[in-house]
Amino acid sequence: MSQIPADLKYAKSHEWVRVTGEMATVGITDHAQHELTDVVFVELPQPSRKVKAGEACAVVESVKTASDIYSPVSGEITDLNKAVVDNPALVNSDPYGAGWFYKLKLSSPAELNGLLGPDQYKAQIGGG
Amino acid sequence: MKRTPLFSTHQKLGGKLIEFGGWEMPVQYTSILDEHLAVRQAAGLFDISHMGEVSVAGPAAEAFLNQTLTNDLRKLSVGQGQYTLMCNERGGVIDDLYAYRLAADEYLMIINASRSGDDVAWLEKQLAQFEQHGGVKLRNISEATGAIAIQGPRVAEFIDVCFPETAVGGTVVKRPTDLKKNQIAKFSFNGADVWIGRTGYTGEDGFEVIAPAEKIESVWASLLEMGRSHGLKPAGLGARDTLRTEVCYPLYGHELDENTTPIEAGLAFFVALGKGEFVGRQVLAEQKANGPRKKLVAFKMTGKSAPPRPHYAIWSNGPNAVKLGEVVSGTQSPSLGCGIGLGYVPPDFSRPQTPLEIEIRGKRAPAVVVGKPIYRKLN
Repeated sequence: MSQIPADLKYAKSHEWVRVTGEMATVGITDHAQHELTDVVFVELPQPSRKVKAGEACAVVESVKTASDIYSPVSGEITDLNKAVVDNPALVNSDPYGAGWFYKLKLSSPAELNGLLGPDQYKAQIGGG
Repeated sequence: MKRTPLFSTHQKLGGKLIEFGGWEMPVQYTSILDEHLAVRQAAGLFDISHMGEVSVAGPAAEAFLNQTLTNDLRKLSVGQGQYTLMCNERGGVIDDLYAYRLAADEYLMIINASRSGDDVAWLEKQLAQFEQHGGVKLRNISEATGAIAIQGPRVAEFIDVCFPETAVGGTVVKRPTDLKKNQIAKFSFNGADVWIGRTGYTGEDGFEVIAPAEKIESVWASLLEMGRSHGLKPAGLGARDTLRTEVCYPLYGHELDENTTPIEAGLAFFVALGKGEFVGRQVLAEQKANGPRKKLVAFKMTGKSAPPRPHYAIWSNGPNAVKLGEVVSGTQSPSLGCGIGLGYVPPDFSRPQTPLEIEIRGKRAPAVVVGKPIYRKLN
């Protein structure tokens, strides 16, 4: 069973968003890391880049394949998780904690309403 | 998609299934890294039943195969095998394979799953043109045959327990671990004949077991039961690919295709130009004498970068960099912890220590040509 924390929002493309005021933290879900398996490389966006919702802005590589990560929300990147670049296995071991990707300042908070809640995401991945 | 006789076994073991060469196969059971390291440090068990088997028998079998394959089959005594290639008239590779001499007039070819249709069609065409075709019986026995590879430094600790009786064919030995590299023997297993060859595709010591399809599940179960306490794990095609890439064994469709010759692929050792006429010989002899236009090189990424992947461009380094070729295999090396790959470049750029750059998503990352194999076991 994949973990799906109740306090997060989810994108259909398997990213999660944690919102604190006008700031959002983005990472990939437990289900996604399980499907990818052994993450060996993470490429994060440029600092201060303005990303649009649905835009490919990071890459996560497992032993076998490279996968794009799409920003679930629009905004300006404010923080990058350097720890996950140095130790990509954090994506597997702690996808909702130490394995986060980046933080951004939301430019269109209304987009959050278009994301999935935990129950909807659970249904999308076939009950977890 | 086709399924091997071990399909339900893979499902029970939680294998993650993918398509490979028209077959539904496990890419991994737990993790590619885990399974890779199990094979390097202990032992791994692979279903290779998707691979094809062709029996070639009869008084003219040797003469027929020796003009169809590149290596010299006359070197094989009964119970021995060799790596060899089958080429077209242009020297391009139709398939790479193992040929075993099971008996005086009987050979077994182990061919790639994705190539078996083309291979059999080619062999039949060659046979129709062969003068002594009446003296050769060609049979595709892939459907009736299953196969398992068991690989790793600890396999020799337990494989004999699964096959306790003296061999009854091939190289007649008392037990599988008496076989030397590339030898094959017939053992009895629960009343069935199974062939065990000491070979593999991982760079480790190991065996391949070829058995009737209906017996392969019991062979798998027996090996897994006896091997568990020696660190044996089921391993999928993901680990099979990273293991073979580290030791630079070619995979058809990556390093080899019908427009690439064994000389270009660095496999001249398996092309016996002196044995007499065989298909592709003229082109291969010319390339051997004058040098090929492209050469397969192994490389390592030298800085922190994403792993190289097939089709990424290879560039020379420095100010007037030019595109040299393409990556054909690339991955993160679980043993070395860096990106590694194989690719074709002009011969001038093929010497070890030559700096290269690999284009990854529009940016070039530094790499260096290294000798083959990329990973070598420390003794």
